[in-house]
Amino acid sequence: MIPAIQLGILAALLGAWQIAVDTRSISEFFFGSPTGTYRELYEWIRRGTVEGPLWQQAWVTLQETLLGFGFGVVLGVLLGMILGRISILARIFTVYIGTLNAVPRIVLGSVFIIWFGLGMGSKIALAVVLVFFSVFFNAFQGARDVDPGLIANARILGAGRTAVLAQVVLPSAFSWIIASLRVAFGLAITGAVVGEIIGATQGLGLLIEQSQGNFDPDGVYAGLVVTTVLAAAAEGLITLLERRLLRWKPRRRTSPSPTT
Amino acid sequence: MRGSTASSASDSASASNARGSSQVPPLLELRSLLKRFADPREGERTVVADFDLDVRPGEFCALIGPTGCGKSTVLSMIAGLERPSSGTILADGAELTGTDPRTGFVFQNDAVFPWKTVLGNIAAGPRFRGAGRHEANDQALDWIRRVGLTGFERHYPHQLSGGMRKRVALAQTFVNHPRILLMDEPFSGLDAQTRQIMAGELLALWETLGASVLFVTHDLEEAIGLADRVVVLTARPATVKQEFTVDLPRPRSPREIRFHPRFVELHEEIWSTLSDEVRVAYARATTVS
Repeated sequence: MIPAIQLGILAALLGAWQIAVDTRSISEFFFGSPTGTYRELYEWIRRGTVEGPLWQQAWVTLQETLLGFGFGVVLGVLLGMILGRISILARIFTVYIGTLNAVPRIVLGSVFIIWFGLGMGSKIALAVVLVFFSVFFNAFQGARDVDPGLIANARILGAGRTAVLAQVVLPSAFSWIIASLRVAFGLAITGAVVGEIIGATQGLGLLIEQSQGNFDPDGVYAGLVVTTVLAAAAEGLITLLERRLLRWKPRRRTSPSPTT
Repeated sequence: MRGSTASSASDSASASNARGSSQVPPLLELRSLLKRFADPREGERTVVADFDLDVRPGEFCALIGPTGCGKSTVLSMIAGLERPSSGTILADGAELTGTDPRTGFVFQNDAVFPWKTVLGNIAAGPRFRGAGRHEANDQALDWIRRVGLTGFERHYPHQLSGGMRKRVALAQTFVNHPRILLMDEPFSGLDAQTRQIMAGELLALWETLGASVLFVTHDLEEAIGLADRVVVLTARPATVKQEFTVDLPRPRSPREIRFHPRFVELHEEIWSTLSDEVRVAYARATTVS
């Protein structure tokens, strides 16, 4: 019942848009149309884009996203846990990380293109930077938040330093870290696509940028649709991961995380 | 449960003999322990002072004192979680520094790992101590049976009741066969009925284990019902005020022993000593704040 209503609302909105364009209430030239977007997508899928087959462009963006996400998460978790557990390091380095976090990071995209060129490297770097901060603060908080009673118990039961870290601190911080992964994945895609828009030779961001240059709103929408599909698929995967890793938690509705 | 208590008590005859005789060298010796904490307001705060205590092998010793007197700090120091500011802790005549494999600790709050199953929680100790997965699981399954949690091996702690979680905590500690068992108000979070049941089960398990127990509580009935000796501590800084031998028969049921005439006498006797300290602690708590 609910899905039917949801689909109905979507159809109504798209329909209203299409009618507005057909009756010339709004300009198709500036605002595009659902059918135009559909045609553009169909073309991309059937004949490929100007830059080559669509799947190839999507694959480039996906690789940049996944690599950026992976490195960013690993770095964020590692540094977050280390600073979270060793308070002297936290006191030294939080000021740096806090300051870097205040930098409008999208601008770094230009820096990375100068450093790493137009290839995938600069996009991955931008994604890493965006992902790192969102994961770092959660991992840091999670590592500090560990119940000291559990650590004491593990130590008395015979756990060494690494066992405490791997079997107490990490699982305990997991609920914090997982909460940041959703946001982080969105940021990884943002980093990859924005990096491509700033300057690239391949990728969905490039397609969007070219459509923008050609004053083709339908092309921009089509690029958005493909990007959104990727993001939604990733969201599903993260939900599965969350279910698996947080099996031990009482079932509660997961609320969107408040980070960034 | 109670029937098995009687038979297992006679099995571990060595433990009960040791408990009775005082010429056996003590398993645990606390020598003029002192613990100070830095306190922003008072500069330094002495929590434990001049603390001397001997615990014989297999003895069940209850530490009782007013809330916040520093009882828990004594246990933390024995467990190696905190260092004494001065004084020594000896086990079998050798000084204890840091955590020790002979020691087990049952905490006041649930300290079971919420992300591990019942089986994983109980197998954790042997795993940490280097046992293989198979061996650890076998030992854990044995203790799951002994604490009556068969059928709940794959459950997570949040799926269990408070009493069952406490059983997991007991099994988690006992599976390591501690010779020195430290318990810090382990049943304080439970309702009165569950508390009595758990006390009975604890005695039954302890009698099979033969460990020396230091049981911190502020509940006098619980202390007398469980222990061979009740040690009354002073209000902060904690020091031994007076010791009472509990000459009640074993095996006992903590629920039924309350009606024993000797229990009532002991309760009167110990309470008169304890109540002074409780009054001091209460007066301090109300004037300071």
